[in-house]
Amino acid sequence: MPRLIITILFIFFAYNGNAKTIVVRADKANAIKNALAYCTDGDTVSIEKGLYKEQDILVSKRITILGKDYPVIDGVKKGQLIVVVRDSVIISGLQLQNTGRSSMTDMAAIRLQNVKSVSVINNKLVNNTYGVYLQNSHYCLVYKNTIRADAQDELNSGNGIHAWKSTHLLLQSNNISGHRDGIYFEFVTDSRILNNTSTENIRYGLHFMFSHKDVYTRNSFINNGSGVAVMYSKQVEMYYNTFRHNWGDASYAILLKEIADSKIEHNLFDKNTVGIYMEGTSRIQVLYNEFVENGWAMRVQSSCDNNVFEKNNFLSNSFDVATNGTMMLNTFNNNYWDKYDGYDLDKNKVGDVPYYPVSMYSVVTERVPTAMILYRSFLTDIMNRVEKVMPSIVPDKLKDDNPLMKSLKLR
Amino acid sequence: MKTIMKYVVADLIRNKVIVVYAIILAVLSFSVLSIDENPAKGLLSLLNVTLLFVPLISILFATIYYFNSIEFIELLLAQPVRRNKVLLAEYAGLTISLSLAYLLGVGLPVMIISPNLAAITLLLSGFLLTLIFTAIALLIFVLFKDKTKGIGAAIAAAMFFTLLFDGLLLIFIYSFNEYPIDKAVLGITAFNPVDLARILMLLQLDVAVLMGYSGALFKKFLGTGTGSVYVVICMLFWVLLPLLLSVRVFRKKDL
Repeated sequence: MPRLIITILFIFFAYNGNAKTIVVRADKANAIKNALAYCTDGDTVSIEKGLYKEQDILVSKRITILGKDYPVIDGVKKGQLIVVVRDSVIISGLQLQNTGRSSMTDMAAIRLQNVKSVSVINNKLVNNTYGVYLQNSHYCLVYKNTIRADAQDELNSGNGIHAWKSTHLLLQSNNISGHRDGIYFEFVTDSRILNNTSTENIRYGLHFMFSHKDVYTRNSFINNGSGVAVMYSKQVEMYYNTFRHNWGDASYAILLKEIADSKIEHNLFDKNTVGIYMEGTSRIQVLYNEFVENGWAMRVQSSCDNNVFEKNNFLSNSFDVATNGTMMLNTFNNNYWDKYDGYDLDKNKVGDVPYYPVSMYSVVTERVPTAMILYRSFLTDIMNRVEKVMPSIVPDKLKDDNPLMKSLKLR
Repeated sequence: MKTIMKYVVADLIRNKVIVVYAIILAVLSFSVLSIDENPAKGLLSLLNVTLLFVPLISILFATIYYFNSIEFIELLLAQPVRRNKVLLAEYAGLTISLSLAYLLGVGLPVMIISPNLAAITLLLSGFLLTLIFTAIALLIFVLFKDKTKGIGAAIAAAMFFTLLFDGLLLIFIYSFNEYPIDKAVLGITAFNPVDLARILMLLQLDVAVLMGYSGALFKKFLGTGTGSVYVVICMLFWVLLPLLLSVRVFRKKDL
């Protein structure tokens, strides 16, 4: 897709007879700014290898900026680096580093401001407050960028890719680490997020609010401070993502709050404190996911309704499901639970007795968190066994009527 | 004292029960560790075995052994030896054999299959539990004259520490839920060596986070090195107190 865009643009330039290529070298101060002042629509600005100490480079013409061997544009901790205010600009092959830090403006390495069809391809963004900042921009592409920082705390740091009030974005194959949030969306709709890796961010690997109709596919969110948080959105689709080792006191692989009509399918949740935490969510399909070695595979609060959990694998989790009430308006069906010890007399590969995924001890700790001190004690084992024989505390509506006898092959 | 200890150890090894105990533990550990691909989970299963069986077997076997060797003790006391020396030598001989059996039975498989800090912690907690429950058995021996009553008391003590105590603790937590009881709960666990051993082990594993999730105090206090040191010190107290108490009682006991 991005290659196609580039090819099309090249063809366009080939027919545009006036287009010229301007080569920029790091021998004078403000070399890039001077070149930009000189060029016209359709030109290519080719930046040679070197160190350019420039800030607030305003791109107001329809041009292509190409770096050769990653020339370094250093903001020396003052101001922003590149601000794009014109449509169809391409920025590629640059290393952008050291933006300023300010509480008044969000300092970004590349800021796209009210533009369309801008591509940011193959850049290295190092130690910036914000990496790529898309503001009221549409049909933009952010592809194969490496975005790295070492943020220390939430207050003084920014997000790797930050999008606000934008539509139809494509974020693909970016590698983001060490920011506050890896990818942050607010009021972003109809966008696709593919193949990105977001690791070791101090807050969320992915964070979005009020962002409807977005698709997240094959992304990895690993080792982030609090995993992924998703709030107040509709028609979100998440497929084949990996959520791994979001492990800590307040960590979730995904935190869903006020989400509706969405799909979460074929994802892997591995070694998270909580796999999926749900609050006030409705009509979500959770299918074909694998939950492995999480503290809690799922915490489904009783404010959730009409969610469907089917054909998932639950393997080696400390607790499969926890909930805070007795009301349960969701459907669990056809999942594989490794803790299921029922039987299958008719050999149809579906257990004959229902499985209650909420253990008694998990109900107890939900009501009285201090009881966690008794985790793995002999008493709690006995309590769970007794409760299995004669359920009394466990929410009896939360059950899987057709638990599978064998785990599903999902990957 | 050394000579008496040697006799006790020799007697126990001839007895073969200790050897069987070690072999059973070894077979159990090997099977548990090799079934599970994840060694951390195997260690957790072994922890359950340790927490349940080590106290029970240590206290029962020790009580029965003390009561059975009462004639031997009386014979020794007819010689010019001090009472507490005889008693402590009996204790030391028994503890050495039982903890050797545990360390060989569980330690060898664990060290071969997954040698790490968690494994060492498991061995440490099992070892301390053996020390503690043989000491409690000694206290039971000096307190009761009748063998049947003594064994009954041993079973009751084992049940109390493995099961009943946690039940009472849970009731306490449930009833005082509204109050800030985190510190109190931490303090109360010090009164149960089995809980202490469990916490000591869990702190070494990833699942410690689950504890932190429910209360910052658990994480803050227990999650650090101080927590582990505190637990070990509490357990050492659990060895010393019954020992000192039984020596005091035995000194004045009418045999």
